[in-house]
Amino acid sequence: MTTLGAAWEWLTSAAHWSGGDGVAHRLAEHLYLTGVCLALSCAVALPVALVLGHLGRGGALAVNLANAGRAVPTFAVLVLLLLSPIGGWGSWPTVIALVLFAVPPLLTNGYTGMRGVDRDVVRAARGMGMTGRQLLLRVELPLALPLVLTGVRIAAVQLVATATVAALAGGGGLGRIITAGFNTASTPQVIAGAFLVAGLALLVEGAFALVQRFASAHPGGGTG
Amino acid sequence: MEGMTAPPDDCLARNEWICGAYLSSRREILRDAVLQHLHLTVVSVLVALVVAVPLAVAARRLRWAAGPVLGLTTVLYTIPSLAMFSLLLPVYGLSATLVIAGLALYSLTLLVRNILAGLRAVPEETRQAARGMGYGPVRLLLAVELPLALPTAMAGLRIATVSAVSLATIGAIVGFGGLGNLIYSGMNTYFKAQVLTASVLCVVIAVAADLLLLFVQRLLTPWTRRGGRPGRAGPRRAPAPPKPAESAEPTGPTEPAQRTEPVA
Repeated sequence: MTTLGAAWEWLTSAAHWSGGDGVAHRLAEHLYLTGVCLALSCAVALPVALVLGHLGRGGALAVNLANAGRAVPTFAVLVLLLLSPIGGWGSWPTVIALVLFAVPPLLTNGYTGMRGVDRDVVRAARGMGMTGRQLLLRVELPLALPLVLTGVRIAAVQLVATATVAALAGGGGLGRIITAGFNTASTPQVIAGAFLVAGLALLVEGAFALVQRFASAHPGGGTG
Repeated sequence: MEGMTAPPDDCLARNEWICGAYLSSRREILRDAVLQHLHLTVVSVLVALVVAVPLAVAARRLRWAAGPVLGLTTVLYTIPSLAMFSLLLPVYGLSATLVIAGLALYSLTLLVRNILAGLRAVPEETRQAARGMGYGPVRLLLAVELPLALPTAMAGLRIATVSAVSLATIGAIVGFGGLGNLIYSGMNTYFKAQVLTASVLCVVIAVAADLLLLFVQRLLTPWTRRGGRPGRAGPRRAPAPPKPAESAEPTGPTEPAQRTEPVA
């Protein structure tokens, strides 16, 4: 496979790793964008999901949001934001688009996890005189944690993917290596960029899967 | 572009988001883009369906195959779409086939998982009852297991189709993205009406496809409806598979959708 050989050569050439268009910088951009947006989306979605799940309200909202998130193309939202007045605010269009697509899995899984807590356990906790807040934080949240973490993992992988698409709309990150490769008709560069993106996505997926396993193997984690 | 010849007080000239003149003057372009979009989506989902059914059945029958098949689908599903299309570039070149292959791989992962989950959810007693009535393995599969797996499989098909409609837009990177092409060129020329129209059409196609499949699902599984009319020689009194609650199994990005029945 000469194409793979050329892609490997592209990847291992030091010149492609340094500078503003280099792999190192693009990777840093990608990680920074993903990390910031993951923190933002968790801060927005998780409290809402936990409170809604605790109250048992808004289930339809959580489900419909997930469906809408699937039906609306990320690329369309990115471009729509770019052409809107927000488009002038630097990297905000990208950040907003990324957060929009990371929220549904967080909300849906968080809500489902909270609703999935055994009702007998909840009644027992209430019978012991726990307040709503204690119930949420000490009983429901720990039991819902595996699913909450699943939501975080899905959101993180989704963010890595959306951040890649953002390159199509002029954003930074590893996707830029792919789009630049397409623009210069350099198949090796396209393949090299694709490997980097796929590798990062798989790494993120694997890392969060490990965190999940660790969290459920330790006390206070999951139901086991 | 044509904007130069437009009268100065036209919504095209003012570059408005909503523009009737755009719809009437670009009718052919829009129609072609919609047709390409439908072509990419339909072909990829059909190819995926043809491959997924035997794969899921094999994974169900051969115990050792289930792990690798599920692992592979997780890996495939984790790869971002732009990278997926790029990785297929040496194989298919800049072609519609590249986009179809990429979309088919995503649909395949969703379908295999859901069909397998559906097959696994068939109660053991049901299987034993069918065997007791003299059903062979093939008849058991075709007349009992697959029909009972149908609701879960159809849920997967709906998710796969909606996702394919949405992801097809990324095909614009190789020039075959259906409505995505219009979004891409609209972005480069700052053409608001084109971007909004193409985006809305994408969502309309996705919702229409979802509703159509929901309708097909209702037709195919009359026994899941309360008071459903007596079906043909089918498992009509079968325990309606409740919403597939396989929360114990850690699976990929599609989990929540499988757990909660998608609502249109």
